[in-house]
Amino acid sequence: MFPKTLEYHVAPAVNSFIDWLVVDHAVFFDAVSAGILSLLLKVNRFLIWLPWWSVLLAVALLGVYATRRPLAGLFLGLLLFPIGMFGLWPMAMETLSVVITAVFLALILGVPVGVLMAERRGASLVLRPLLDAMQTMPSFVYLIPAMMLFGLGKVPAVLATLIYALPPVIRLTELGLRQVPQAVEEAALAYGATRWQLLREVRIPLAMPSILAGVNQTTMMALAMVVVASMIGARGLGQEVLLAINRIDVGRGFEAGSSVVLLAIVIDRITQNLARRWEPPTR
Amino acid sequence: MAFHYALSADLGPERREAAHAPPLSSAIEVRGLWKVYSRQKGDALSPGIVENPEALEVLEKDRRAVVAVRDVAFSVEPGETFIVMGLSGSGKSTLIRCLMRLVEPTAGNIAVNGRNVTAMTPQELVRFRRTEVAMVFQHYGLLPHRTVLENASFGLKLRGEEAAARTDKAKEILSRVGLEGWGRAYPASLSGGMRQRVGIARALVMDSPILFMDEPFSGLDPLIRRELQDELIRLQRTLRKTIFFVTHDLSEALRLGDRMAVMRKGSIVQVGSPDDIIADPADDYVARFVQDEREQVARAERRMAERRAG
Repeated sequence: MFPKTLEYHVAPAVNSFIDWLVVDHAVFFDAVSAGILSLLLKVNRFLIWLPWWSVLLAVALLGVYATRRPLAGLFLGLLLFPIGMFGLWPMAMETLSVVITAVFLALILGVPVGVLMAERRGASLVLRPLLDAMQTMPSFVYLIPAMMLFGLGKVPAVLATLIYALPPVIRLTELGLRQVPQAVEEAALAYGATRWQLLREVRIPLAMPSILAGVNQTTMMALAMVVVASMIGARGLGQEVLLAINRIDVGRGFEAGSSVVLLAIVIDRITQNLARRWEPPTR
Repeated sequence: MAFHYALSADLGPERREAAHAPPLSSAIEVRGLWKVYSRQKGDALSPGIVENPEALEVLEKDRRAVVAVRDVAFSVEPGETFIVMGLSGSGKSTLIRCLMRLVEPTAGNIAVNGRNVTAMTPQELVRFRRTEVAMVFQHYGLLPHRTVLENASFGLKLRGEEAAARTDKAKEILSRVGLEGWGRAYPASLSGGMRQRVGIARALVMDSPILFMDEPFSGLDPLIRRELQDELIRLQRTLRKTIFFVTHDLSEALRLGDRMAVMRKGSIVQVGSPDDIIADPADDYVARFVQDEREQVARAERRMAERRAG
């Protein structure tokens, strides 16, 4: 047994620190919270407002555009049908709105950070261990800081999802920019490209397939996390899974679980094929 | 005594300045150019290192520094095709990059069109690259996600020209290099020779007085190489540009060059007209370099003599 006398708790200190942070900087956290919430609600309201068949149609059309194969696109649209059939349509839209909001924020934050890391060695050296830590941490752990700062509900769910999903887009943006062939960069410089022109005309377009692969990864991670985030109050499919676990209701769990899988397949296929469309022509 | 001292102090530095300032007639004027790479990271080399031969020798021996360009000086006249020849690793690619400061020289002076390239600020350098020079690369350096037309007009875009004007100019030049109707293709669909035609078009579109070419035809098969050499000769007849051309191929140097410099281990060992260099190589290295060509000439002469006799 570990001796009782050596026991020492940091929990009270952490609690009082968080209390201090949240109370003294309430304005900041309230603003962030309100911003995220209003974005989330707008996305959600729009998705709910859309008739179910129009979502299927939109996914099918997007699928055709992305895969360039009409049948594959049609199939992707039809994959969403069982979700509605199980009566989980509103929950799926709720889940989707958290994913969309989190991914949107992840891209706004992640792409510039990736560019910064590729441009400046220093930034890369400082941020890489941080990203490693973010990716090694079990997803559950992200619930704690999100909950600490924003309590329970949708906003901390978006935030936990955001933190969990952020690393891939940063990493793949940096990687893509670093992989641009030296010869192409040199030629652009020789013709008088400024640093900004080099980035905009050469490096980012050439890194685009990699950046979009990052978007794909980030979206998939967000979808995985949003299920876990139901523990701190994200409604939607995750909540259904959680309820099914608590009630040992296998059938309900199967319906909710397979809905998540279907959603994941559709999003993955579409974003992956969109990334492929951005590759430079080989013929 | 005092008088003498005052006089030399007055005239000395200015005289030296005047001697160093390039005469305006030269298109490219290079004096005392060095490029020393340090092998170890953080092993900063000060420009002063080149004035301390013993210290530099020690660094080289310890493999802590590599001298890519060693005290190089030459001048190129306007409208001249100047060839730099040497084996790989002789520093010729580094030299051509130093001239537009794609590689930062360690020491020395470079003047192009009478403008001091070594003293340019980054902004001046960008303007210089956009207007005074254009470069063709061995590995083309084309943008894979842009069409042939967009690639050919890329320099104009960087320069900030209007889209319509860009397209017109690029189309005209593309037809001059034999790529009419290929404007909408992507580089990946072109053969090596055609890609290099795009590279040449991209350079010509800039309408700059000076053309830098870094082994532009080395990666091409012999027939295409010859075809592009002819093309360059034909273009040069009307353009009369100053061409600074790097190659390791002697026959190419002989076909294209007005004058040539032979490089070895970073130094220029001989400068002269191609004929002079073949007839009168300065040392063993150059002699070995031109040996094949001499033998061919000798063989050809023998044949001619035999034929006349028989």
